This record gives sequence, structure tokens and C-alpha cells, in this order.
Amino acid sequence: MEVLLGITGKDFTLIAASKAAMRGATVLKASDDKTRALNKHTLMAFSGEAGDTIQFAEYIQANAQLYSMRNNIDLSPSAVANFVRGELASSLRSRKPYNVNLLLGGVDPITDKPSLYWLDYLASLAPLPYAAHGYAQYYCLSILDKHHHPDIDYEQGIKILRMCTDELKRRLPIDFKGMLVKVITKDGIREVEYEDGKSVACP
Amino acid sequence: MDTLVAQYSKPMFEKENYNQDDQVDLYNPAPSLSLRFAMPPIAQPSAWLRAATDDHANPNCPIKIAHGTTTLAFRFQGGIIVATDSRATAGNWIASQTVKKVIEINNCLLGTMAGGAADCQYWLAYLGMQCRLHELRHKRRISVAAASKILANLVYSYKGMGLSMGTMCAGVTPSEGPALYYIDSDGTRLSGNLFCVGSGQTFAYGVLDAEYRYDLTEQEALELGSRSILAATHRDAYSGGFINLYHVKEDGWVKHGFSDTNPIFWKTKLEKGEFSNVTSELV
Repeated sequence: MEVLLGITGKDFTLIAASKAAMRGATVLKASDDKTRALNKHTLMAFSGEAGDTIQFAEYIQANAQLYSMRNNIDLSPSAVANFVRGELASSLRSRKPYNVNLLLGGVDPITDKPSLYWLDYLASLAPLPYAAHGYAQYYCLSILDKHHHPDIDYEQGIKILRMCTDELKRRLPIDFKGMLVKVITKDGIREVEYEDGKSVACP
Repeated sequence: MDTLVAQYSKPMFEKENYNQDDQVDLYNPAPSLSLRFAMPPIAQPSAWLRAATDDHANPNCPIKIAHGTTTLAFRFQGGIIVATDSRATAGNWIASQTVKKVIEINNCLLGTMAGGAADCQYWLAYLGMQCRLHELRHKRRISVAAASKILANLVYSYKGMGLSMGTMCAGVTPSEGPALYYIDSDGTRLSGNLFCVGSGQTFAYGVLDAEYRYDLTEQEALELGSRSILAATHRDAYSGGFINLYHVKEDGWVKHGFSDTNPIFWKTKLEKGEFSNVTSELV
């Protein structure tokens, strides 16, 4: 029951991930960071099988950074997304495939256009205005279908994200210990102060 | 002849209470009718039925039961909104796009259908019959609490035998005001302000929870009910067709149309700019 959410707006991409690290029926950590920065303006959030997730994310992170060092220029978000897809696709047909689902958010350093990519362990790649993984899809996509517009500003983005996380808190049977929210703008990646202690009642 | 004379020559007050037979009838929630079903001539009929119909465990099962649905109902200041889609599926097959999933039990009571289409249709019609009998016996309309309990006790008596239904009973009575109950084939019976039932329930909950308030106006409530069903028909493959919308008020329910989702979807997208992930360009 890990939650990954992504929303793009006029000039930013929001990535939110649940803070609980769960193994079986136990919460091992309530402040887990399920994201990795790939370069100055690309962030990847991941969920899936324990072990695979961080292994794969850090492998991608290392390769993205290696590229930046060798070539003195960062890969664009779309380039990173297609690279990750290729890695997942070859892993899928290997002896032991990575079981990892990803959201990749970024802002293109040249055009300043925000983007969001949805990838799953079967190596599907879809560029989307908003996306989710896991059970969050069932509750949040209908909210985003209704409330999202491509030209929303940051405040509106946070407001829609709040609607989504409130709904998850209201209806998911397991406590996911709140959300870690990061925003990517042309100035880089920044963690957002996100108040998530308030309880939400079922109507 | 003597018995006939005796029957009509008794003083009126003696007839005020029920005789023994009537009382037995009244206290027996599942009458003989429901016990007269033919069972498959084998040792464990329920296990056999499960093996033949369990789509999840065996995709090649011989009997596919009509399943997927989205239905919702919520209470608000002006009464109760009831809305459903109209698609019936059997496995991957769309069996119908024009199902009436709201059953009009009487002019103040509505029931909704989710789960096995035949189970719901049959038992809600049966509930309608019991409600009418209650009305004739007691000279007043049945309460929503009682009606929902007839159904809950009935399905509970069949628990484990393969019934599949998730229904809501909504109605307004002088004793209770607007009342809403959820009943499913496990035997669960809950009263509440807001329920969504069916394979599209989560999508409907998403839209509904975000903007639900008890003090919604009538117009807002109708709009929110139909928008929630639209959200579910958009994301859930097993929901679709038409939006069936009802408003239950103090003096009975009012129907607000049986409207095709397709033009509503494009109207919503083009006029309000929602559903921005739907594009006509290829990526």
C-alpha cells in the first residue's frame, strides 16, 4: 500500500510519496524517502518490491550523474525517462527482473516545460499531466480528472494534492504515515513543508 | 357453516390483534417461498456453485455472473441523491448498456443494484413485495430501517450459498426523515450519510468525498452525484452506459433522467476543461 502521486502544472512538477516503509504487517520506518534526485531538475519516485526499488533507483541515479559529469550537460527529463524505460525493458526479460514502479518528474532545463512520466515494472512509459501508482490510482485519478488543468499554478497544485491525500487518509485502511512532497521547478528540486498530522473523518 | 357464522359474529375488538397464524407469518422473516428453491442434487450445493461461477479463481468457469457496477447514494440537507451507471458485464462481455439499477420499491423508497444482476433484481423485487405486504398489514408505510432489515436478514439466511449483492436502500419516512442503509450479501447492514458500491466505487468516492458537504444545495447535489458516476464510468471498464439519477424528497422520489455518458463526458471535457489527460494526439 505504497502511495506515489505526481501532478504537473504551469511551471512545476509535484511528486509525493508515502513516508511509511512497510514489511509485512510492520512499519519499519515512518519517515522514509522513496525519491532520488537524478540531476538538478529530474526527480524519480519509486515503489515496488523491497530491495529492488532502491537498488534500481540508485543505479539509474548513478548513471544519470555519470552522464552529467562526462558530458558537462544534464540529460533532459524525457531523455532520462526513455533511458529508464530501456533499462526496465531489458531487465524484464532477464533472469531476475526488477519489480519497480516509477514516477519521473522534471522540468526541461532548456524549454522550462514541466513533465511527468509514468513507468511500471513491465516497462510501460507514459507521459501524463498527472499520475499515480498502486491503490492511490483508484482514489486519486478521478479527483485529478475533475480538478486538474494544465495551467494551474503551484498553490492550486498543492490544493489538489491535498484533496488527494485527504481522500487516501479517509479511505485507505492502512496508515501510510503521511506524504513526503517535493517540487521541481526551473530552479531545481525542493522539499515542500507538507502538514499531514491532521486526521480526516469519514462523512 | 358454524365456523363461518362464528367468524362474522365475533365482536370487532377481538379482531384488533393478529391471530396466531398471522403472528407466525409476521415473525418469520424468510417465508416458505424462499425455501422452495431447487438445489443442485449433490452433497454441497454451495461449493459446487462457487466452483462453477468463481470468475476470479477460474477464468474459464462455465457460468459468468453479471457483476461490475458503480452505484452511489448520499444524504444531504435536501434529501437523498441516488445515482447509478447502467452497464451489466459478464466476464469481459458487456451484456447490456441500459440496465435499470435503481429499483423503485414504492413512491418513497429506492433500492440500488450492484453485484449479481439476477440476485439483485430478484431479491429487491421480493423486498418490494414484502414492503407492500407490510403496508397492507400495518396500514402504514414501512420504515427504511425495517425494509433494509428484511433484506439483510434474508441475505444473511443465504450466507455462504453464493449470493452476491451490494445494495443501498434510500427513503424518506415521517418517523425517520431521510434515511440511507447499505446492505450486502455478507449480511452487513449499515446506516450512513454516503455510500458508493461496485467495482467503480473508489473512483466515485474520490470525486464525491472531495466536495461532499451536508449543506449542499439541490442543484449542487444532483450535479455532484452525476459527476461522480461519470468519473467512475471513465476509469472503470465495468461501468458505463447511462447515468440514472434520482432525488428522494419528503414527498417521494423524483427521477432526474437516464442520460447517456458519452455526450456528458465530451461536454464536461470541452466546456470545463476537465479530463485533461484525454488527448486526440498520439504520443
